[in-house]
Formats: sequence, C-alpha cells, structure tokens
Amino acid sequence: MRDALYLYGRYISASVRGQMAYKASFIMLTLGHFVITGIEFITIIVLFARFGTLEGWSIAEVSVFYGLVAITFSLSDAAARGFDLFADMIKAGDFDRLLVRPRATALQLAGQELTLRRIGRFTQGLVVFLWGASQLHLAWNAARIALTLAAILGGACLFYGIIVLQATLAFWTTETLEIVNSVTYGGVQTTQYPLAIYRQEFQRFFTYVIPLACTCYFPIVAILGRPDPLGSPEWFRWVSPAVGVLFLVLSLQVWKVGVRHYTSTGS
Amino acid sequence: MRAYRALISARFRMLLQYRAAAIGGIGTQLFFGLAMIMAYEAFYRSSSAAQPMSYRDIVTYVWLGQAFLAMLPWNVDTDLRALIRSGAVAYEMLRPMDLYWAWYCRALALRIAPTLLRAIPVVTLAMLFLGMHLPPTPASAAAWALGMLGSLFLGCAFTMLMNISLLWTISGEGITTLIPALVLVCSGMNIPLPLFPAWAQRILYWLPFRGLIDVPFRLYLGEIPPGEAGPLFLQQMAWTAALILAGRWLLSRGKRRLIVQGG
Repeated sequence: MRDALYLYGRYISASVRGQMAYKASFIMLTLGHFVITGIEFITIIVLFARFGTLEGWSIAEVSVFYGLVAITFSLSDAAARGFDLFADMIKAGDFDRLLVRPRATALQLAGQELTLRRIGRFTQGLVVFLWGASQLHLAWNAARIALTLAAILGGACLFYGIIVLQATLAFWTTETLEIVNSVTYGGVQTTQYPLAIYRQEFQRFFTYVIPLACTCYFPIVAILGRPDPLGSPEWFRWVSPAVGVLFLVLSLQVWKVGVRHYTSTGS
Repeated sequence: MRAYRALISARFRMLLQYRAAAIGGIGTQLFFGLAMIMAYEAFYRSSSAAQPMSYRDIVTYVWLGQAFLAMLPWNVDTDLRALIRSGAVAYEMLRPMDLYWAWYCRALALRIAPTLLRAIPVVTLAMLFLGMHLPPTPASAAAWALGMLGSLFLGCAFTMLMNISLLWTISGEGITTLIPALVLVCSGMNIPLPLFPAWAQRILYWLPFRGLIDVPFRLYLGEIPPGEAGPLFLQQMAWTAALILAGRWLLSRGKRRLIVQGG
C-alpha cells in the first residue's frame, strides 16, 4: 500500500511538472476555465432574479449545492483523466503495456495525469459556495466542517467511480459511451439544484441507482440545518457520504472483472 | 462552385459515419432536456407572477434547443486543428479555391450532419411523449425554417472565427472555449432571453448571438409573430456578413504570418 502511494506520488509529480513547463499557457487555461464555469452560474442568477425562489430554497442555499457539486466534480475530473482517455488506449492497443507492468492497472491509469487546469472550476465552485454560506450565516462548528469535507470526499469518490465504470464498459464496447455523460455531466447539472425539486423518478434514480443524492443532497441539507422535504432521517444525512466511498470500491471490483475479460484489439 | 459542393458532400458523408455516437447522444440529450424542464417546472411552481413565457412554451423551447444543439458553434473542426498543428495546412493553401469559403463549406457539413442525426429523433420523441408542440401556424413554421437557415450561416461564421484562431494559438483552447460559453448564455440556449432582466435584454438583442437561437425559436413558438420577422432576419444577415468579413480579414493576416514547420 505504501509502495502504491509512493508510486502514485511519483506519477503525479511528473504530471504536474509536465504541465508547469508551459506556465503562461497553464495560467491562461485555468483563468479561462474559471470564467467559463462562471458564465454557467449566470443561468442561476437570472432564474432567481425572475422567479425569486425555487420552491422555498433561496439563491444562497442553491449556491451551496452548486458550489459543492462543482468542487466535488472538479476534484474527480482532475484525477480521472487516465480513465477518461481509456477507450482510446484500448483502441490503440496501448493497454497491453500497462498489463505487463507489475502494478495494478487502476493505479497506473489513475497516475496518468492530474489535470491542474480543473482548478478553474474548483475555484469557481469554492467562490460560489463561500458566498452562499456567508449569506446564510451558518454556525460553522467542527461537525459541520467535518460533514462538508466528508461530502466533498464522498462525492469525488462517487464521480470517480462512475468514470471508472464508464471506462470499464470500454472493455466490451471499445469506445466511450456518450450516454454515460448523462450521469456525470448530467449529474452535475441535476444536483446543482436541490434534488427535492425534481420529479420522483429522477429522485429515485439519483438515490438508488446512482447514489449522487447521498453526497450532493442529503449531507448538504444537514449542513444547511433545514428539514428535508424528502423526509430522510436526520442520522442518515450525516453518514450518507460514506455511500460515495463504497461506490468507488465496488466500481474498482467491476474494473477487475473487466481487466480479466480484456482481449487486445491487436492494432 | 462544383468544387465547394463536392467538398460539402464529402465531409458530410464522412461525418454521417458516426451513427453509434449519435444514438448515445440522443439519450444524453433527452436526459438533459428532462432535467432542464423539471427545473423550470419547479421555478414556475414557485412564483405566481405572470411570466414573459408560458411553461408550455418553455417545454417546446427546451426540446428545440436539445434537438439543434449540434448546430450551435460549440466546437472547432478537429481535422483542421490537426492540419494546422502538423503543418499540413500548407497543402490547403495550395488548392485552387478560396481558403475561407473552402473551410466555410467544411463548417457547413460539420454543423448539418450531426444536427440531422440528432434533431429528427429528438423532435419525434419529444413531440410524441415529452410535451413538445408544433408551431401555432404554418406562417410561424415557415418563418422558423428561414430563421434556422440564417442561424446555420451565422453559426458557421462563428465556427470559422474559432477555426481561424487556431492559426495563432496552437493548442487553441482560449477562444475556442470562450466563444461557446458566450454562445450558450447570450444566444438564449441556456435560458430564453425574455427571462433575462430588462436591462440585459436590451444589450443581448443587439449582439450577434441572438440570431442563433432566440430569433428562430421564438418564431417557432409564434411568440414573435411572423410579420415581425423581417428586421430580425436583416439583423441576422448583417451580423453574418460582418463576421464573415472579420474572418476573411483575420485569415489573410494569419496566412501571411504562418510559418510552416518542416518535418
């Protein structure tokens, strides 16, 4: 385990140094991502200016949801680049090279790149989150801070798990299935509003099939300290981020099945 | 002229190859459309004040947006990017065609082919099951069709600006990510322009982005009566001409400073 962490650290530091080789271009790209994801938030501002409230949720509360989802997704997106590009690797037959190395394939893929420019979306999410939280005058005790960090960690694991599953599918299909984007980008789009505003089928899907609600809804309701219109038990809101970690662990098991199934395309 | 036509049809056939991707794309599009509609539904439930657009119209508007998403200038021609990176763009310049129009034809194919693959199934499904409506009168439908044609030419002029920007920035991620983000917000793709605050509307109605989504979609809904379409079409065409002129000027400058790296 220590050996794996050490190796991951080496991979990441190489990737970071590579990206820092062109500093000006890196700064431009990061700023660009900050501005572009910021433009997205205009949508929410305009809708609240027009309608005033979203079924009793204020713009400050929605900002907390929006900000935390952006933070969460940018973290997993930055770390999952290797899995993102996995289908191309399969097509080119490059995956064989990973198999002959005496280390876990998932570790090698995870270590491919830490995409630093995602810090643009991360910062934008953080700014929106801090703005929303400051408007609400939340009492920031240790428990709330811990729950916020747990929700971020659990959410990042969950998104990572989805990306791993998407990559795993490529063992059978040899191409990225765009439909999975409904769950990743669609999940981000959906959970930027409180899940309670959607129709029941949607809520069920994001609770039981892809448990995004456990990291991007229930814990945030607890952080905001308001009653849940969906009626989840109070204790569950505090432990639900663990579901995200569990999801990642399961995804990695499915990944192993995929690796066993793998036959090279030979090109 | 024949050469340009051949160019369009060759690119077109190439792009139609990606049918499997299109099917996956349709599922994603339906998902995003549903999520957006549900959010609007909740917003409309939250306020009893009269809104500039009815919920019924919003549903149709969202599905139109999902159906014609690929027609928006949201990406560059990746083959052109590869040509510019490898230096093979020099061959492009040797062809006995006007470079701007040749690339413009590629852009037309890039916009039309994926749109055809996605729009027809998305519109069909949305009409049958998801609450999308037909235009109220044949005149609205005709005005919409004309508006879409104008939107196509305008969108290609935008695409060309992004393509040409690649001559300056090799990795091409600056302008090519900024323009699509502006397009999504300012064209009315993310939210219909009538829902913006009045002061923002006054600015947005002047900008070129409006001709991409706002004009044709509101003609479809009959929210802009067909009789009032004339000046809007003129504005659309004027911006298209301006962007084409700007693109041609940039391209001629870019060609002069282009250094082909041998190898």
